[in-house]
Amino acid sequence: MALKETPSQTAGPFVHIGTLPALAGLKTGAAPQLNVLAHDSTLGERIRIEGAIHDGAGVLVKDAMIEIWQANANGQYGSNDFKGWGRAATDFETGLFVFETIKPGRTLFHDGRKQAPHISVSIFARGINIHLQTRLYFSDEAEANTADPILQLIREPDRVATLIARKEPKAGLPLYRFDIHLQGDRETVFFDF
Amino acid sequence: MSELGDFRPRDRAWHPAASTPAYRSTTFHSPRHPLLTLPQSIGELSGPVFGDSAFDPLDNDLIRNYATTGEAIGERITVHGTVQDENARPVPGALIEIWQANAGGKYRHVNDKYMAVLDPNFGGCGRVLSDAQGRYSFRTIRPGPYPFPNDGCGWRPSHIHLSIFGHAFVQRLVTQFYFEGDPLIGQCVIANTVTDPAALASLIAKLDMSAMQAFDSLAYRFDIVLRGRDATYFETQGL
Repeated sequence: MALKETPSQTAGPFVHIGTLPALAGLKTGAAPQLNVLAHDSTLGERIRIEGAIHDGAGVLVKDAMIEIWQANANGQYGSNDFKGWGRAATDFETGLFVFETIKPGRTLFHDGRKQAPHISVSIFARGINIHLQTRLYFSDEAEANTADPILQLIREPDRVATLIARKEPKAGLPLYRFDIHLQGDRETVFFDF
Repeated sequence: MSELGDFRPRDRAWHPAASTPAYRSTTFHSPRHPLLTLPQSIGELSGPVFGDSAFDPLDNDLIRNYATTGEAIGERITVHGTVQDENARPVPGALIEIWQANAGGKYRHVNDKYMAVLDPNFGGCGRVLSDAQGRYSFRTIRPGPYPFPNDGCGWRPSHIHLSIFGHAFVQRLVTQFYFEGDPLIGQCVIANTVTDPAALASLIAKLDMSAMQAFDSLAYRFDIVLRGRDATYFETQGL
């Protein structure tokens, strides 16, 4: 190896200036809605994802930035009809983050097995020295989840549960709730890859 | 197995640990369980492409991109360097997002309560794509140091935040760089979350007189390295 990777540093509390400038209060032109991933020609089931980030003291993290990366409805990444990447902040008042996207299809694991539908999630915030990486799975995909090669790596059912967004019984766009716990009894499973 | 080699594992000892008690905000923001290592599949090996995004010619000129009544106040600088992978290959088309405080150490952010004043002509937000040779540059003013609450009052050295996308999801990186010779670097609890002296040195931009613009701006060089693929597999294919 010739070179070493540039070390990470925290994104800090003002990450919005560079990543979601209108939220920081900068005057911008017509800013794209980075937390809305699907557009008119995108195939697939429209869904809404809501959640919050909880710290180890049970306090909501209200200055975080979250990015997601996912396949389209056919399980393909970076297709023409769907970029598959999105970004949101946790709300400065409520701590909630929201994405409007589609439910991804199944993708192949490196050994050819099928993975359950999932979305990759990255978390950047003050007090996070290097971004945290996790996955969001869906509560209404129980059969696929049981066969998922990543979820099968996790022995404790309580820890598997930290990766499963819960479908909320609500009229309108299907809503999934995904809470991320940085630390504590319900600490989310975070990945290295 | 993928056709190209997988990306080498991230050297977690080179990066800051999740929990660095001197930087107080990590106390409740750091996971206690070890990270679970995943094999790299298509979702990790692919990544979003930003080359098609609409760029404004002033996106990489922070001296002028928020200016209304005049240019931004402060020490005018050009920051430039390369984006390479760990194999020293250029990474073209890397998106670099930039944010920073103004010359007085004040951020244009609704949550920044520091007493220093805003510069009406400075937003502190920019972005640039690396070119075909992996080079990038932007113009800005050197940000000022500022205080922040951390076990009393900590002071941040001058620094600029960068968010970087390479070609693969595994290459995602957010960091900050510092300026050569700044005595606050050694006292900064955030800079010193990086404990390997060589790693910290790699976050310090060097004064580069060869790139200064005469009677306009000084220049600093900061080279960026993203993760690289294990070359072993495809190199043997060429034998």
